[in-house]
Amino acid sequence: MTSDTRTDTDRARTDGELTEQAVVPMPLVRGELPRWAPWGILVASLVVVGGILAATGNFGIGLTLVLGALLYAGATYVVSRFVEGGRKATDRVVTIVVTVAFLIALIPLISVVVTVIQNGLARFDGAFFGNSMRGVVGAGGGGYHAIMGTLIITALAAVMSIPIGILTAVYLVEYGKGRLARAITFFVDVMTGIPSIVAGLFAFAFFALFAGPGIRFGFGGAVALSILMIPVVVRSTEEMLKIVPNELREAAYALGTPKWRTIVKVVIPTSIAGIASGVTLAIARVIGETAPLLIIAGLTTGVNLNPFSGRMTTLPVFAYNSYAAPGVPREPFVDRAWTSALVLIIIVLVLNLLARLVAKLFAPKTR
Amino acid sequence: MSKAVHAKNLNIYYGSFLAVEGVDIEIKPKTVTALIGPSGCGKSTFLRSINRMHEVIPGARVEGSLTLDGKELYGPGVDPVGVRRQIGMVFQRPNPFPTMSIYENVIAGQKLNNKRAGKKATDELVERSLRGANLWNEVKDRLDKPGSGLSGGQQQRLCIARAIAVQPDVLLMDEPCSALDPISTLAIEDLINELKTDYTIVIVTHNMQQAARVSDFTGFFNIEGTGKPGHLVEMDETKTIFSQPKQKATEDYVSGRFG
Repeated sequence: MTSDTRTDTDRARTDGELTEQAVVPMPLVRGELPRWAPWGILVASLVVVGGILAATGNFGIGLTLVLGALLYAGATYVVSRFVEGGRKATDRVVTIVVTVAFLIALIPLISVVVTVIQNGLARFDGAFFGNSMRGVVGAGGGGYHAIMGTLIITALAAVMSIPIGILTAVYLVEYGKGRLARAITFFVDVMTGIPSIVAGLFAFAFFALFAGPGIRFGFGGAVALSILMIPVVVRSTEEMLKIVPNELREAAYALGTPKWRTIVKVVIPTSIAGIASGVTLAIARVIGETAPLLIIAGLTTGVNLNPFSGRMTTLPVFAYNSYAAPGVPREPFVDRAWTSALVLIIIVLVLNLLARLVAKLFAPKTR
Repeated sequence: MSKAVHAKNLNIYYGSFLAVEGVDIEIKPKTVTALIGPSGCGKSTFLRSINRMHEVIPGARVEGSLTLDGKELYGPGVDPVGVRRQIGMVFQRPNPFPTMSIYENVIAGQKLNNKRAGKKATDELVERSLRGANLWNEVKDRLDKPGSGLSGGQQQRLCIARAIAVQPDVLLMDEPCSALDPISTLAIEDLINELKTDYTIVIVTHNMQQAARVSDFTGFFNIEGTGKPGHLVEMDETKTIFSQPKQKATEDYVSGRFG
C-alpha cells in the first residue's frame, strides 16, 4: 500500500504533463443563462406537460403542476449544465427543490385560511357576537358564551403560567446548578410532550378530590391549560435569557448591583422582546385546545362569566360540539362551527400582532 | 476618595485549581498601576479578585489577605456588592446596556440600585461623569439616544463615565483599549492620566507601550507552564521595570525576547 502510494507520487512528480494539468486555472468567464431563462423553461414545461395530458385526455391542474415541476427541474438541469456547467446546474436544481418545498408547506396553510374564511363568513355577524345558544334550536344564536369562555379560561391560564414559567426559566438560567436544575429541565422537556387529554384528566381528577366526581368549571380548564402552557413558556424564556450576553450581567455587578436587581433591570428587559413572543406562542398553543376543556370545563349553551362555578364553553369545544352533535336542520350548526373557527384564528392573529408590537416597543435599539 | 489596595500572600482558586499564587502587591492611592504579562498568567484574575468580580464564576475563591485602606475585602460578613460599589470596573469589550439611552447608561449605577436624586442633581452627575470621560462634547445633543449606537471608542468612554458616576475609590480596567483603534486608545489613555488625580487606577494591558505611557507602577505576572499557577514576578516603578528590571524574566518579556 505504502509503496504503491510512493510510486504514484513519484510518477506524478516526474510526469510534468500531469502536474501541469492539475494546476490549470478555472476559466473566469463562463456561459450564463439569460435572466428570463428560468421563467421561460417553467412556462415551456407547464405547456408541454399540459399539452400532452390534454392530448391524452387526462388533463388536470394538480397533475400538470406536479409533472410540470418535475420536467422543469430536469430541463433546467440539462440546459444549465450544457450552458453554465455542473456547479451552477446543481445550484439551480437545489433552488427549485427548496422553492417547491416551501410552496408545498404553504398549501395547507392557505387552504385552511381560505376555507375557514369562506365557510365562516356566513355567520360572521353581529348576532354571532351578541347571542349565546340558550334556547336556540335551529338558525340564529351565536358564540358569545364561547368567546367569553375562551377569553376567560385562556386569560386565567396565562395569569397562572406566565409568572411560574418565567420565574422557573430565571431559576434555571441564573441560579440553577446541579441536580435540581437538571431534574427540572428534564421534567419540563417531558411536560412539553404530554398529550393535552392527560392534562385535562389530571385537572379533572385533581378537582374531583375536593368537589366530588362530575365537577365541571372554567377554572379547572385554566389549570389544565396552564399545565400545557408552563413548559412552553419555560423553554422559550430559557432560550431568550441564555442569549443575553454575560458581559451585561458583569457590567451590572461591577456597578455594585445585587444579582436579583441585575436580573430584573438588565437581563429581563434585554430579552423582553423574545420572552413576549414566546409567551404569545404559548398562548396560541393552548387557546385552541379542545380535549382537556371538554372534560373539565364542560359544555353549556348559556353565558357563564364565573370561572369558579358552573360549566363554561370555549370556542374549540363549541365548534366541535356544533359539528359533532348538530340539531335539525344541520346547516346553522355547521355554519356556527366554521365561524367559531374563524373567530379563534382572528384572536390568535391579534395576539401575534400584539406580541410583535410589544417586541418592537421593548427591543434594544441601536439608533 | 482614592484609596490604597494591598494584597498579602494572595492565592486565587477556581475550585481546586490554583490560578494565581502568592501575590504581594501594594497599590498606592492616586497612581496608575499597570499589570503586564503573557496570556493566562492570571493578571485579569487578580484584577477581578480586587472587586470580587471573579466570584461570578462558580467555585472561585481566594486565600490570603486583600485590603482596601486597611479594611479586609474578604473578611467575614463583607458583602461583595458593597465592595463593587467602592471599586469600579471597566471591561475589555465596551458593554453599555442596550435597553438604556446614553443618559440612562451613565446613571445606571444609581438607577439599578434605586438611588433617586432630583432631576437637576442627576443632570449634573451625567454631565460631570461624561465630561470626566471626555465624552460630553460628542454626545451632549443626543443623550436620549441608545448607548449602543455610539462607536466602539465612544462606548468604552461611556462605560468609563458609568463607572466613575458611582464615585468609586478604585477603578479597575481590564484591557480597556484592546478592542479600540489607535485614536480611541489615545483618547482613553489621556483620560486615564486625568482620572489619576482622583482615583486609584489598576489597568491590565497586553500593550507594553501603553503600560509605559500611562502607568506609574508596573507589575509583571508570569506563569511557569500550562497548569501551573501564575505569580507576580516583580513590581516596581514603571521606568525601572522597563529600563533595569531586577528579574531576568521581566527583562526578557519587556524587551520582547519572551518565548
